Amino acid sequence: MPSISLTVNGEPVSAEADVRTSLLDLLRETLGMTGTKKGCDHGQCGACTVIVNGTRINSCLSLAVGHEGDTVTTVEGLAEGNGLSPLQKAFVTQDAFQCGYCTPGQLCSATALLNEIARGEPSVVTDERVRLSEEEIRERMSGNLCRCGAYNNIVDAILSVAGEPA
Amino acid sequence: MKPFDYVRAGSAQDAVRAGAEGRFLGGGTNLVDLMKLEIEKPDRLVDVSRLASDEIEDGVEGLRVGAGVSNSALAGHPLVRERYPLLSTALLSGATQQLRNKATVGGNFLQRTRCQYFYDVFRACNKRVPGSGCDALDGINRFHAILGASERCIAVHPSDMAVAMAALDATVETLKPDGSTRSIPARSLHRLPGDTPQFDHVLETGELITHVVLPASPPKRQFYRKVRDRSSYAFAVVSIAVAFDLEGGRIANVSIALGGVAHKPWRADRAESVLEGGSPSAELFAMAAEAELARAVGQGHNDFKIDLSKRLIVAALRDLSEGKREIAA
Repeated sequence: MPSISLTVNGEPVSAEADVRTSLLDLLRETLGMTGTKKGCDHGQCGACTVIVNGTRINSCLSLAVGHEGDTVTTVEGLAEGNGLSPLQKAFVTQDAFQCGYCTPGQLCSATALLNEIARGEPSVVTDERVRLSEEEIRERMSGNLCRCGAYNNIVDAILSVAGEPA
Repeated sequence: MKPFDYVRAGSAQDAVRAGAEGRFLGGGTNLVDLMKLEIEKPDRLVDVSRLASDEIEDGVEGLRVGAGVSNSALAGHPLVRERYPLLSTALLSGATQQLRNKATVGGNFLQRTRCQYFYDVFRACNKRVPGSGCDALDGINRFHAILGASERCIAVHPSDMAVAMAALDATVETLKPDGSTRSIPARSLHRLPGDTPQFDHVLETGELITHVVLPASPPKRQFYRKVRDRSSYAFAVVSIAVAFDLEGGRIANVSIALGGVAHKPWRADRAESVLEGGSPSAELFAMAAEAELARAVGQGHNDFKIDLSKRLIVAALRDLSEGKREIAA
């Protein structure tokens, strides 16, 4: 089995894994980090979203062996010390989840989204200047499904962190 | 998933030498999924995602884009936003941010159809198992082809990007296992199903896409519109890419490509012939749309795509000729 070395939430880790192992299964099964969730396992639901080298991806569709040397941030790495990140706090105060299963993916996705906005990266609803709005958030979060339907509060949580009226 | 050998290529030359018996792995967003379903069962994966193929270079021949550039990086590149806005819109219309971050330009071209009978291994599909039949013909075929289909296959190509590339007359550069290279017009990369729907494109076994070149001076008026069942994260029912210039009040350098209607991005040559040199008018646009769709054949559930395609052509031409979408010179 190939040996894979990467950095997860700031810690260097090495593991042996079958070449067929997805990054998601490496995190959950091999490394025991079960914060990242498996929903559909086909890239359709976004529950497995993690941030790799600064951009968000579906970890279920990515082979672990391809991530040699990469830097991965999972939901376990979003908190600042013992305190929640502003986005995590906003998810609590805005009641942005019900069952919570999709929440790790929503949080990783939304964390990356705020960085994409800050970098000025466009979406299909962007006209000229990139600016956070409900429309932008809904378009950019379309890869994260919530079967409980907490979408309105998820949008409010993301807007509140960006300092926009929620 | 079937076991496979994994090889990380150090160069494009290494990749094609190692690749003949397997598949090239770019972002993997489609290939890995198909491997999980055992629709794709390669003996070897040659990982080309770390080749030095993520450059975007501007030159006299145009914008040369490495095949490994991610869909999101290409969509957000300042020169693409400025000079090829229909390509940026097409890319951003596809998939989700997570998928666009991983998916590559080369891989986007080579993604497989999303025909549900191709994905369902318990149903007949000539594309998946040649000679097994096509359950889409008498099945739920709302998403299927209205142009260029055959009795063997009515699947459509799912890409937005490839439709934009076809309309922009981009060129695909490849490297073959024997070390030779070739350039293929993007509009000719994919093929119609005919009797061999298992082949999506004209690339040979082991031939690797290395770059895509966008022409230096595309038409100034550009537009991409995607009609879909949800406002985000859905494949096209029908999509359209249109580009032209207005010179002395007449249409010049017009190109139109349709998505979601055929086994390949569909260049609307007949509509273009009607339009080229003409003065914009509702009558002219309708004539162009009728000329293009005269050959269209519905399969039952997708009959509505014929009228929808005509209306999309007319609406896109009208908006563009009224200057609603002109890009900066």
